[in-house]
Parts: sequence; structure tokens; C-alpha cells
Amino acid sequence: MQKNNSIWQFFASVKLALVILFLIAVTSIIGTLIPQKEAAEFYISNYGPKAAQIFAVLDIPDMYNSWWFLALLFLLAFNLIICSIERFPGVWKQVTADGLALPAERLQKMTNKISWTTRGSLSEVQNGLTEKLQKKGFKASSRESDGSTILFAQKGHWTRTGVYLVHSSILVIFLGAIIGSLGGYKGFVTIPETQESSRVFLFGGKGIAELDFSVRCNNFKIDFYPNGMPKEYTSSLTVIEQGKEVLTKEIEVNDPLTYRGVTFYQSSYEPYQDFVVTIQAPSGDTRTFIVPFQQQESWGEANLKFGVINAKVMGQSIVSSKLWFSDGNESPATIWIDDGAQVNIERQNGTYQVSAKQMYATGLQVAKDPGVWWVYIGCGLMLFGLYVAFFMSHRRIWLLLSHEKDNTHVLLSGSANKNRTGFENHFAELGTFLQSTGNKD
Amino acid sequence: MDSSQLLGITTFTLLFASFLYIGALLFRSSMVGRFATWFTVAALVIQTAGLGLRWVESYKMGIGHAPLTNMYESVVFFAWTIVILYLGIEWKFKTRTIGAFALPLAFLAMAYGSFAPINKGINPLVPALQSNWLLAHVITCFVGYAAFAIAAALGIMYLLKSYFGNDSNAGETSLLPSLKVMDDIIHKSMIFGFIWLSAGIITGAIWANSAWGTYWSWDPKETWSLITWFVYAITLHARYTRGISGKAIAWLSLIGLLAVIFTYYGVNFLLSGLHSYGSG
Repeated sequence: MQKNNSIWQFFASVKLALVILFLIAVTSIIGTLIPQKEAAEFYISNYGPKAAQIFAVLDIPDMYNSWWFLALLFLLAFNLIICSIERFPGVWKQVTADGLALPAERLQKMTNKISWTTRGSLSEVQNGLTEKLQKKGFKASSRESDGSTILFAQKGHWTRTGVYLVHSSILVIFLGAIIGSLGGYKGFVTIPETQESSRVFLFGGKGIAELDFSVRCNNFKIDFYPNGMPKEYTSSLTVIEQGKEVLTKEIEVNDPLTYRGVTFYQSSYEPYQDFVVTIQAPSGDTRTFIVPFQQQESWGEANLKFGVINAKVMGQSIVSSKLWFSDGNESPATIWIDDGAQVNIERQNGTYQVSAKQMYATGLQVAKDPGVWWVYIGCGLMLFGLYVAFFMSHRRIWLLLSHEKDNTHVLLSGSANKNRTGFENHFAELGTFLQSTGNKD
Repeated sequence: MDSSQLLGITTFTLLFASFLYIGALLFRSSMVGRFATWFTVAALVIQTAGLGLRWVESYKMGIGHAPLTNMYESVVFFAWTIVILYLGIEWKFKTRTIGAFALPLAFLAMAYGSFAPINKGINPLVPALQSNWLLAHVITCFVGYAAFAIAAALGIMYLLKSYFGNDSNAGETSLLPSLKVMDDIIHKSMIFGFIWLSAGIITGAIWANSAWGTYWSWDPKETWSLITWFVYAITLHARYTRGISGKAIAWLSLIGLLAVIFTYYGVNFLLSGLHSYGSG
């Protein structure tokens, strides 16, 4: 594309960027006022059929994924790219510019300048000053021209690219978002305790994702604070791949399980009227049963009959359950078991270890997002770029040395592209430092 | 002595310091100004102790967490960051006049916390809030908000001076710093706030991803934080590339603060969403 054509100029303008940013900011408000992703009836009953129709045409119910909002985001990205292509070469020229090429007259005209005369030949003074600059972290280069010498040193020349780091970070974040939405999915799975599942129900009615492995919920539990508020939801999950258990992890809110790029987040739960009863017989055999409330269950090989006959409830959760237990030899035992706790039941033929708890299904949010690391890299780059763009500057100093009989005349001048007041102070300090040691010998 | 008493004392110390700053400004008394600074430092020390004690108290209750988890705690922290940033600016720019506008904001935040019908208790954290990202997210956001509050305080000063004052007699005879100095500090506060707001949005996104598997869901709080970010992004671009400064930037600093207040406060009470913790 021709750089001077009017379409190019249109997209290369910062004015356009300001307009797009303004449009995105203002239109974003709509989606915070009108609830998103509700059923069509919701909009009809809350806003009337006419408004609902307009909403439907403009994709207001899912505005952040609407064609026009995505178009605005795309336009922003495009504008950002063209603006950068337009301006970066000029900035790069300044980054790589040879400070020694500056004509001596320009040095005389700079705002920051100090001059003094010192004893010694030009080359002696030059060596002294170069060494002193080195101490201040400035690496000087030099050039001779008609009897005088120019020294040049700079710091932070690369910081001029800070703005472009920020701009490209936004593009990297967009890229991550695109990779995530093309190559990933978000969904949900509900797994009852002791059972496994490999199917994820995708959000937005996008069907089902079938995983190459399945996840079993070994156990789900809720801890409460003394005031009854939930403290933690914990699911013990096991990943099973080709019939083999490959990974077991206890997940909590804020601490998910990731396997093969798919992450399972603790999201919700469903209590059942059933109980999970685990019994270890004196022989060492262990079995887990799902027992409906007040129904008898039996373990034939161990000749056991048992059931949950009563339960104590706090809120919607069972805190302890009363187990009826018979091995056919003695009169049946009844015992209260705290939810999830294990108790020993002593019988003539040995000790049974028994636990009982309310049965739950754990609700897991499932996400596969191959773009997320791009997004994080973009975020890191943005913060770094902002710091560079705002707080770091390109500082340049020149020393013009010329003969004056037995002495050498020195003109120190300098400039910075940002934080000029800060630079003025540093410049003055540098001037004093270069002079003071210079006068000693 | 418990934390609520210390925070109560803080509120009144900030009120007194606000009056001292206003007095120092009106009567051009540097002695009153010095008192104002010392009272502000005292308020900061008392408030820091109060926040620290509240933290300790939460551990004594067995539900230990940083005091940054509900609306009350957040306004207290907001006031605290305003005071710290203000003192930093007073020290760096050697001017006390900003205090007459910034300190009342800190006082108002504390007064709102004390007198509004919001829950002031130390409450246990719901599972979603139990994350190390909590501290990083809240601190980064509020440092940003405080910087924007100070930029807006300066914006008001700038507008007062440019509409009612006369900048030609800038210097000792003028009540307020020169327009050029104020414009400079507004800009510096904004870029400072912008970095912290960016970090706040990013830490929030990372946290959301570790809790729900979605770093961005266009929830009203997220969206409003982004709108706020856009307002300041527009302001900074208008200044850098179009050379806009002065009154326009001062007005934008006020619009920016309105967006901040809506993000911080309005969203919790007026809109629904994932981010409902702050309304308690």
C-alpha cells in the first residue's frame, strides 16, 4: 500500500485511535446496563417486544461478541498496527542515530549546557573526561573535526521504543484471545461422587466435548465457618486415562486441576438425598456404597446389612448421620457418624471401619485455553512497556573540546526526551563532577 | 484499644488536617501548613496501626485475612493510599496547597466508611476470595484509584484557578501553584495511576482465570474498569500526540475520577455481576 495514499493516512491517524477508543468505551456501557446472555423472553418481558427486536438486530444480548463490537476491536488493532508502521521507523532512526553526526552549532544551542576551560592538551583532557564518564556509566565515542573533538555518550536509547512495546502488547493480548477462542472451549461437567465422566457440556449451546481421558470425583466436601458460612469446597479428582489412574488432586476454588491443557475448576455442587457409605471389613476388603436415605443396603459376600436411618442437618448440609449396621451375628448396632468421619464398629468377628457422608455431585467448570499464556505474556509486556514509556528516558550528552592556547575549552551539552526537569538536575551534577576533578590537576 | 477506635481517631485527625491545610492555604501561613503535615503524618501512623491491628484481630478470630475484603475495608484502604500518595507529592513537589483538596477526599472516604450503613465487621472469606491474588489485585487497583483521586483534586484546583484566578501573578502572591506546575502534577499522577490500574486489571484477570478459567468475562466490574482505563488512555494520547493540556486535561481528570467512582462504587450497588463481594 502506498504510504501517502489517503486510506493509509486515515488509518495512520491517532485521531482515529482516539475515536475508536471512545466508541469502545461508550458502547461497552450498554452491556453493563442490559443483562447479557439472557433468554429472548427476558428481553421481551423487561424491555417490551419492540426494544427486544432492536436488541436482537444489534446483538445487544451478547454485545461483546457481536459483529459490530468485534469490528471495533479489530479496527483498533488495525489502527494500532498502521500507526506503528507509520511512526516506528522515525523512532528507530532516533534510537540508532549517531550522536557524533550532530553539527557543533547545534550543541551551542541546547538548553542544557555548561562550559569551562581547563589546563592540559586536548587529548589529555579527552582521556580524563572519557574515564570520568565511564564512572557515571556513560560510554563515550569521539570524532575529530577541524581542530576540535566531539565526545558523545547516551543512556536508554532503546527506551524510545517503550510506546511500541505497549502497543504490541495489546496486539499480543488480542492474539492470545483469538487463539483461545479458536483452539479452546469452556464448559461444565457435573460428576457425582464415586463416578467418572469424560464429557464436557460446552457453554453457549455448542454441544459436547469428548475428552481423551475421564475424571472421577472421589469425594466432595464443604467446610463451614462457625457462623455457617461456607469456608471451602473441596473435590478430590482422579484422572483416568486408558483405564489407568494417572493423577489425583484435591481441588479447591482458586486451585484447579490441569491435565493435557484442560483445566477443571471447582465451581458448584449438588447435594443428594443419598449417602456414601464406605466399609472396611475385618478381612481388609473395602467397598463403597451409595445408599438412599432410610433404605437398606447389603454387602452379600460380607453378610452385612446396613442403612442410614436418621440425619442431622445444618442449612442444606448434613452434619452427621445415624447408621444402622447388622452382620447377622449379634443384635444390630446403631451409631452416629459425623459427616465424612470414620468410626470403628467392634463386632465378634473383628473391627469394621465405617464412614458415612452425604452424597454430592461436584460441579466443575472446564476450560481449555491455549491462548492464555499469550495473554499473560502480553500483560507482562504491557506493564514493562508502560514503565519504560513513562519512567525511562533517552539521555544524551555531548562534549565539545577545542584548543585554547595551553588550555582546552570544554562545552558540555545534553538532552533527554522525557522528564526534562529531572534531567536538568542530573546534568548539573554531571557538569560539576566533570569539572571538579578536571580542575585538580 | 481496638482497630475500630484507631480508625475512628484517624477519621477525625484527617478532618482536622484538612481544616489545617485549608487554613494554611487561605491565610498563607506556613506554620499552620507544617502543623497540617504533622497531623497528616499522625493520621497515617494511626491508620496504619489500625489496619495492622484489624489484620491481627482477624487472625485472633481464626479467619485471618488482609483487611481488604469488603466495602468498609476498601474505603479505609483507599483513604490510606490517598494520604500516602499525597504526602509523597507534598515531599517531592514541596507544595502544601494540594493538601487542601486531597485530604478532604481521604476524610470523605473514611467518613463514608464510618457513617454509611455498610457492614464494618471482620468477616470470614468466601472460598472465591481465598487467593494470594486478593492482596495484589486490591492493592494495585487502589493505588491507581488514589492517584486518580489526587489528579482530580488537582484538576479542581486547576479549573478554579483558570476560571477565577489570575495566573499572571503566579508565585508567592498566588494561593495556588502555577497552572504549569499543576498541569505537570496532574499528568504525572495520571500516568502513575494508569500503570497501577493496568496492573490492577491484569492481576484481576489472572485471579479470575485461576478461580473460574476465564480471564475476561465482560462482567460489569471488569467492563467498567476497562472503560476507566480507556478514559485515561484517551487522555494520555490526547496529551502526547495532540498536545492537548491545561483545562481539557483537568476536565478529563474529573471525568476519569467519575469513571473510577462508578467502577469502584456504582457497579457494586447499581449493577449485578460476579464482583459482588465489595457491596457487603
